[in-house]
Amino acid sequence: MSQSDFILETRALTKVFGGLVANSEVTIGFRERQAHAVIGPNGAGKSTFVNLLTGHLTPSGGQVLLKGANIAGFPAHKVSRLGIGRSYQKTNVFPSFTCFENTRLAAQSRLATSMRFFRPACSYKAVSEQAGCALEAAGLGSKASRMAGALSYGEQRQLEIAMVLATAPEILVLDEPLAGMGKEESEKMVGLLKGLARDYTLILVEHDMDAVFAIAEVLSVMVNGTLLESGPLEQVRASRAVQDAYLGDGAEAY
Amino acid sequence: MDIWMALIQMLNGIQYGLLLFLVASGLTLIFGIMGIINLAHGAFYMLGAYLAWWLAGITGSLGAAVLLSLPLAAGIGYAIEVLLVRALYKRDHLDQVLLTYGLILIFNEAQRVFWGNDVHGVAAPAMLDWSVKLTDTLSYPVYRLALSGVCGVLAVAMYLVISKTRFGMWVRAGASNRDMVAALGIDVKLLFGLVFAVGAALAGLAGAISTPISSVAPGMGDNVLILCFVVVVIGGVGSVKGAFLGAMLIGLADTFGKVFVPDFASFTVYGVMAAVLLWKPKGLFS
Amino acid sequence: MISTSVPKRLAILLLAVLTVLALFPVWGKLVFAAKFAFLMQKLTGIMILAILAMSLDLLVGMAGLVSLGHAAFFGLGGYMLAMLSPQYEAANLWLVLPAAVATSALAATVVGFLSIRSSGIYFIMVTLAFGQMGFYFFNDSKAAGGSDGAYVHVKPAVEAFGVTLLDLDQKLTFFYVALGAMVAVYAFLKVLLASPFGRVVSAIGVNENRVQGLGFNPRAYKLAAFVIAGGVAGLAGVLATTQYGFVSPASLGWHQSAHVLVMVILGGMGTLFGPVLGAFILELAHFAFESMTDHWLLPMGALIIAIVLLLPKGVAGLLLQWGKDKEDAT
Repeated sequence: MSQSDFILETRALTKVFGGLVANSEVTIGFRERQAHAVIGPNGAGKSTFVNLLTGHLTPSGGQVLLKGANIAGFPAHKVSRLGIGRSYQKTNVFPSFTCFENTRLAAQSRLATSMRFFRPACSYKAVSEQAGCALEAAGLGSKASRMAGALSYGEQRQLEIAMVLATAPEILVLDEPLAGMGKEESEKMVGLLKGLARDYTLILVEHDMDAVFAIAEVLSVMVNGTLLESGPLEQVRASRAVQDAYLGDGAEAY
Repeated sequence: MDIWMALIQMLNGIQYGLLLFLVASGLTLIFGIMGIINLAHGAFYMLGAYLAWWLAGITGSLGAAVLLSLPLAAGIGYAIEVLLVRALYKRDHLDQVLLTYGLILIFNEAQRVFWGNDVHGVAAPAMLDWSVKLTDTLSYPVYRLALSGVCGVLAVAMYLVISKTRFGMWVRAGASNRDMVAALGIDVKLLFGLVFAVGAALAGLAGAISTPISSVAPGMGDNVLILCFVVVVIGGVGSVKGAFLGAMLIGLADTFGKVFVPDFASFTVYGVMAAVLLWKPKGLFS
Repeated sequence: MISTSVPKRLAILLLAVLTVLALFPVWGKLVFAAKFAFLMQKLTGIMILAILAMSLDLLVGMAGLVSLGHAAFFGLGGYMLAMLSPQYEAANLWLVLPAAVATSALAATVVGFLSIRSSGIYFIMVTLAFGQMGFYFFNDSKAAGGSDGAYVHVKPAVEAFGVTLLDLDQKLTFFYVALGAMVAVYAFLKVLLASPFGRVVSAIGVNENRVQGLGFNPRAYKLAAFVIAGGVAGLAGVLATTQYGFVSPASLGWHQSAHVLVMVILGGMGTLFGPVLGAFILELAHFAFESMTDHWLLPMGALIIAIVLLLPKGVAGLLLQWGKDKEDAT
């Protein structure tokens, strides 16, 4: 495999907490503009994997290659600036900011620096535009002036996505964007994610199989901190090992 | 500085360090296990000293006074835990800082109300009130040696309790993972009350037995508190081992600082702290 | 966390209170006659402490940095004024003020660099220890007067082209200087908080991890906030030393730091106007207790404990609620 095949890839990525191996030699490649889902049972190490990809954790070993350059061990803010945006499993919006202020803060991170002390944040035109576009893209255009804390749960999840979009990323790493959502909210979110899959490289960590099968083209399955299987959706779905280890009986329903 | 002088300073430094350890170990355990930052911890040191001085005056014996002051300090500590500190477990550190700061003001003022503003001294017990002759001109007071001995024995005892007993197991569990304590089926309220009382008793004991070598004076708890913070910062919050190492380091730095840079003696301690923080931002053991 | 806008009703109320304060030299003379001079001095001192409280609010209320050593920069500013002033003549304010503020900011850079690497309880302990380091530095140093403190015998001159603009020796003039400084610092911090920098710092106080995930290096922003707060504290220190003509090591000590922290909490952190109110309420309570009993620290300690247990959002929390209720009703 040559480097140019993947926009982002991990090689033998490993994370050890004390004596516990949370990720063991995980090697996955993500292709540009492809929707790639990472699934696995609870405790499979998916969250650790996301945190390693985005710099929230420092790997114990292995590499994270972004366009061929190793970024393993870079702090989260640097990773974000390199074009990898992430959303969080737990809603992480700023409740006392309006929706617009949330996305504006995110968009502001693309200024060369935010060490600007006197001009009001609202007077930076390009930032505001970018923030507005992100809100629109996430379907929250009409809620711009609402306090984030006053949004419904589903809307807060949308805002979470809008904030990532406002940082103008190339790669989106979404950590369980459907967690805790009802059926209707989920459908709306799946629609949103399908749209995003056209414009971005999407890395989706998700529990909801319906959603995964609806959105993803490539599937990686993690079990016990290791990569069990990775490949095109249909191929992985059909894999005996995956069905035994994870999809189990439920998989037959698909 | 000749070798005997150096020896004397070394002994003083170790003795001071051991005394600081008695106070700092309680501070670090109360944080490690209960998650409480207790500014009023130094007040127990002052309380112990005043109780010892007061009770020594009544009973005529420092030994008896120290033994009597122990349960008093522990009891007051327990009462404060139950009445006030208990309300703060779920609050953030800011509230803990402020509430225990309010407690300091009350403790300091109550001391003035009960015992006045005068500075007092307490004589060492006759049995220990003599010196070991080192050279023709230098000697070392036996009381200081005894003090180091007592503190040393307590440090060893603390190590044994923490590493070998059931109570110690709770303490270790609590210090490494606070949520685990409840999961282990331990009576959290009882454990917290005990830890706070033991911490108060240790600080009180340190204050009580230090009376023959340092004066009993208003505000004495504040100085010790800050030094203990430095000790805990150096050692790593929650680590008893770290508190021991930090205390020895500070005891020696303070003592030798007074010899080598008398003009900036208090400053040396903070210099040591800054150096440790540059090297290890979270302390030696964390 | 700051809500950038103060409800209209509340803004009007606060402006009214400010006006009453500004007119105190007029009505105070009539109402308090004998005690007027004393109260003028007291209020001037409180306004200076309010500046210090606002600077701490930038750290505690916005950036989520609970510093227990903030008074060190206040005292340092005061000491710089004392040490830069010639003994028997007036120093030039245009020189000593920037020098003192810069020194405080510089000290805050060093202390901030070392302490911001830690967080939570660690940050509290480390700042406390560094504050005490400053206290002992001046307490032990003979050049700065040791534990007796240092004096400024002649107040700094405020001149332009040889013309005296303000005579800081005049109590009335200095009252308005302090008032002006307090309002200016409030406005400065308001502008700061609305800037891109201010938005990032405010967000850090809520969720630092998320701010980093968005691409900001939180440590840099926290350090910058720490330096700015240190500089403003230095300004307050210069004013306080000018007022009393004296600065003592206690002004750097941790009791002073804790006292200001109480003002911030009592007033309501993260609101800027709250800490100002906190300064007034706490100092006036102090004054009232002191006039009642020698053992005024007892009621003071009890008051602090009561605030923590009963009023976690401070006076500003109550006022904001009131302002919002009124707004919702109309």
